[in-house]
Amino acid sequence: MVGENEEYMLELLGKGKREQERDKMQYRDIKIEMGKIPHAEGSAQVDIGDTRVLAGVKIAVGAPLPDKPDEGALITGAELLPLASSTYEPGPPTPEAIEFARVVDRGIRAAEVVDLKSLFIEEGKVWSTFVDIYVLNYDGNLFDAGTLASTAALLSARMPKYEDGNVIREGNLGKLKTSGKVTSCTFAKVGNTILLDPSGNEEKVMAGRMTIANDENVIRAMQKGLRGAFSYSELSSMMDTTFDKSKQLRDILNKAVGE
Amino acid sequence: MGGSQDKPQLIIDGKRTDGRAPGELRPIKIEAGVVKNAKGSAYLEWGNNKVLAAVYGPKEAQPKHIADPNKAIIKCRYQMAPFSSLEEHNRSGPNRRAIEISKVTKEVFENVILLDDFPGCEIDVFVEVLQSDGGTRAAGITAAAVAVASSGIPMRDIPYAVSAGKAGDSILLDLNKLEDNYSDADMPVAIAPREGEILLLQMDGNLTKEQTIQALDMIKKAGETIVKIQRDALEAKYR
Repeated sequence: MVGENEEYMLELLGKGKREQERDKMQYRDIKIEMGKIPHAEGSAQVDIGDTRVLAGVKIAVGAPLPDKPDEGALITGAELLPLASSTYEPGPPTPEAIEFARVVDRGIRAAEVVDLKSLFIEEGKVWSTFVDIYVLNYDGNLFDAGTLASTAALLSARMPKYEDGNVIREGNLGKLKTSGKVTSCTFAKVGNTILLDPSGNEEKVMAGRMTIANDENVIRAMQKGLRGAFSYSELSSMMDTTFDKSKQLRDILNKAVGE
Repeated sequence: MGGSQDKPQLIIDGKRTDGRAPGELRPIKIEAGVVKNAKGSAYLEWGNNKVLAAVYGPKEAQPKHIADPNKAIIKCRYQMAPFSSLEEHNRSGPNRRAIEISKVTKEVFENVILLDDFPGCEIDVFVEVLQSDGGTRAAGITAAAVAVASSGIPMRDIPYAVSAGKAGDSILLDLNKLEDNYSDADMPVAIAPREGEILLLQMDGNLTKEQTIQALDMIKKAGETIVKIQRDALEAKYR
């Protein structure tokens, strides 16, 4: 059964309206705060409306993957912290958290945000780049917030040095070598209505979710989630909207990282 | 997706490394009702992929607190056998990839199974990949759809899945493992064929909007073949 809140949301959306008088294809306010965690090699906190996520980057010496001996590794994790929502519980990562991390990871990897080749140190030794996304407050649309925070954190990350078997993380350091930028646009389907940037209340009543990650030229990753279905024409128009709206996201990202 | 230094050519004279045309499927064989204990089951061979799917239930949802008093819940586990791939040995048990695939597979069946008919129950869908050669999640969904249909659990449509991808500028249907390793994009999709609805869609790599549409058209066309193989398998069981 749907609760009172869900009933209200369905009624509101049925009238073609959203909370806070938002248009269907309108983002809530987006804010990026860089360098919140100076101990991390890179960090960025992103607010989309009342959703807040913090991404931190650590870079450590590790072994390469057996099939990529000349490349560094990128490892993305996500934590849906119990303090961020009454619906999150302590424990091992849920399928939702794993999907979230893997979708963000695929966008970053496919857009070649990190130049993995530049992370080679010597035979059997490479730099491993860890991106960890902490959800600090949940109000929907974690995917776009997570992708934005991770990309911003990577673009600003310092590159440690490896000298005589020691890792040097402080002092005069260069930056992590990056070669791309990616943002994502996430849509919710409620009834036959499609909404950009779903809030927490909207996610409670959405049947389907679609995330499209892109850069200026091409789509880099896509993920459909939940039981609801999408038609070909709905997908086509979401791709158009993504190319349009991602300009706004890239502007915010560029400003935050000082480009 | 990989793209190491010694990247093999995936298309020579319009043919793929295994001799297929860009829009051609690998051979697919399905047999329904192969696991005696299950309510429904199917064994599928898709190129070199070998997949077993089985369905149990509806039965009382366990543990009780996960039960939904209004509809059935679906539990799904996709897993690759430790001996399934030509390369490395996979540790058994669910890794992060398998957990994600289990989730999106479950969501496909939540869409098509008439869950409202079985309040408080669970339906278990198991997909075991015995041998893998690229496209195992699509093979798993296609097999599981036959397993569910053969169980008699009511569905509003029988879904199929297949992936399409890109090598250079060519859109390719149904990537095998070698192609997947060196392709420029891979996009597994599951479709409810009656209305052509998208039930699963994942992609990574790089595709323009036009290439995405082209890949979807290829997937839709391949559906005619796959759906017929699924139906034939179900008919053969009940003949």
